[in-house]
Amino acid sequence: MQSAQSPTRSLGPETLVSVSGLTRLFPVGRGLFRRTTSFIHAVDDVSFDLDRGDSLGLVGESGCGKTTVGKLLVKLLEPTSGEVLFRLPGLAPEEGQPGDYLAASAITSRQMRAFRRRAQMIFQDPYESMNPRRTIYDTIAEPLAVQGIGTVMDRVDLVSEILMLVGLTPPATFLFRHPHELSGGQRQRVAIARALVVEPSFVVADEPTSMLDVSSRTGIMNLMQQLAHGLGIAYLYVTHDLAVARYMCHRIAVMYLGKIVEIGETEELLRNPLHPYTRALLSAVPVPDPQNRRDPPDIRGDLTAPIDPPGRCRFYDRCPLATDHCRDNPHPPTVEKAPDHWAACYVV
Amino acid sequence: MTTSEMPVLEVSNLSLRYLTRAGEVKAVENVSFELAQGQAMGLVGESGCGKTSIANCLMRLLPDNALLAGGQVILDGEDIIALSEDEIREYRWRRIAMVFQAAMNALDPVYRVGQQVVEAIEAHGVETTQSDARQRVARLFRLVGLDPALAERYPHEFSGGMRQRAVIAMALSCDPSVIIADEPTTALDVIVQDRILRELKGIQQQLNMAIIYISHDIAVVAEVTDRLGVMYAGRLVEYGETVDIFRSPLHPYTAALMGSFPSITGEKRPLVNLSGEPPNLIDPPPGCPFHPRCLHATDQCRTDFPPRVRRGSQWADCWHPLGDDASNSDQQGVA
Repeated sequence: MQSAQSPTRSLGPETLVSVSGLTRLFPVGRGLFRRTTSFIHAVDDVSFDLDRGDSLGLVGESGCGKTTVGKLLVKLLEPTSGEVLFRLPGLAPEEGQPGDYLAASAITSRQMRAFRRRAQMIFQDPYESMNPRRTIYDTIAEPLAVQGIGTVMDRVDLVSEILMLVGLTPPATFLFRHPHELSGGQRQRVAIARALVVEPSFVVADEPTSMLDVSSRTGIMNLMQQLAHGLGIAYLYVTHDLAVARYMCHRIAVMYLGKIVEIGETEELLRNPLHPYTRALLSAVPVPDPQNRRDPPDIRGDLTAPIDPPGRCRFYDRCPLATDHCRDNPHPPTVEKAPDHWAACYVV
Repeated sequence: MTTSEMPVLEVSNLSLRYLTRAGEVKAVENVSFELAQGQAMGLVGESGCGKTSIANCLMRLLPDNALLAGGQVILDGEDIIALSEDEIREYRWRRIAMVFQAAMNALDPVYRVGQQVVEAIEAHGVETTQSDARQRVARLFRLVGLDPALAERYPHEFSGGMRQRAVIAMALSCDPSVIIADEPTTALDVIVQDRILRELKGIQQQLNMAIIYISHDIAVVAEVTDRLGVMYAGRLVEYGETVDIFRSPLHPYTAALMGSFPSITGEKRPLVNLSGEPPNLIDPPPGCPFHPRCLHATDQCRTDFPPRVRRGSQWADCWHPLGDDASNSDQQGVA
């Protein structure tokens, strides 16, 4: 059952994105004449796969690096080291590369436009992610124009179609409105429409519902699930909310200070959390039942920033189970502790 | 839970309007509730439902375009709506204090945190000398779980959780009878949220204070309150003991709100999808304000304001209240 390797399953025929050893450091306090001596290890040796139609929830507290992973995957940021392999339509590897996967680092500037078509991102704040002077039609038609999809006349039809798909009906009543005329939930639907209109194969959704009220939140979550299912889109769903991740994702990966500490199928991970950090996180989530009595989460100290962290387990300082072995050894490898349920811990 | 018979706070028929160019926004409409010493009450609802407006009424911190259109707020036996601006300054923070939503904005970045609490204490004449005030700050910091030495630090040196603790210390600084906590943990991570809520609950019980939690998160109010008010379109649509409301909500809106929250415990169930949007409060719909989104709405709901139905500790304004065992299954089919 135990094998010390990264939780990257073998690259199956359905694998769209394969992440291995992904690392991104940010320099701290770089000045004009000062040499950079410290780095924030925002993402540190992260590996996972994403299949066609799959959805992976990346959860963790603020500053754990989950948004950075999302940005690395859509090439809004470049990694310090590590590699992301893509198998996306229209993006064939150039001559001399092995297999049918294209490495993110090998994507040429000529291929960037094709890449953007297949890898899209939905942002957290529907109030910030849209140009307030542009109509809904302009907002959604822009990626079509950039990608050269359809004629101008076709685009009106394509935009109307996608508006119907995201539940903004009848489309004619939305086409020429401006973002400020829409509610938060409707704006997020426009953001989803803009991401999906170019037919991406995978989408990074960064907290797409955290700014919304409960009543529009359910609609957006259901919509994203239906679309993912119907269009076979793979999602990386970045969220701090475990309950939302449970509802949205087949699998959950828990991040702590730049490391994935546990990854597994959603219900299995929630029922049988292994890593002491996952356990603490789960036990801190309030339960909507006034008769339920929850014990305080078993975790010490406060969250810190991963600036030049020591080589030992990233969770050592806060871990209730930490041993001398944890102190004296490098960060534990990610090991399969149960079928397709991986954790990075020496103790559990 | 120790509760005395006399309520510390009695709100009756409170109505608030905002005068805007587009018209009169009926932000709070005919809201009544009571709060006894030592009680923790929750106000839940979606953004724009009027929960923060109620808090601002209670604090008498209203913008210029706000108009108190009626009602009474009796605190410790005195109607605070009738107080003058000068009298209000005596009352605010000493009798009722607020823990604000964005702790970063509630602290002045250029003053040491301790000094800001000292100023609050001196301004309200709770302690008259600097050294007494400083000793009080040290006591308050210990009460909220902060090292008193941190009083000499600036807000930017605090983490989000520490700032929220400092803001709680400030709210407690003048021994108020009532504390309003407006989304006190919304910006915080769950582990810090858990600690702050436990701290706040412990302090509330230790000091036997009355507290009003304002939140959009029903899981948070389920854990920290013993009374609950559910707001929709400026109105309190259901009120009662938290346990009873969660066991069996009367109002279809309450049921839908609860059913639309994903949970990490129990079986995974489909979520209630409340279609539509909350009404425009300049021109709210006739009859029951929830009728355009309600699955149980009949012609009567569309024309006549619903009667108040009571069951045990609960009441709701509804023509078709949910039955004892219906709980939230009724709105479930929509998801």
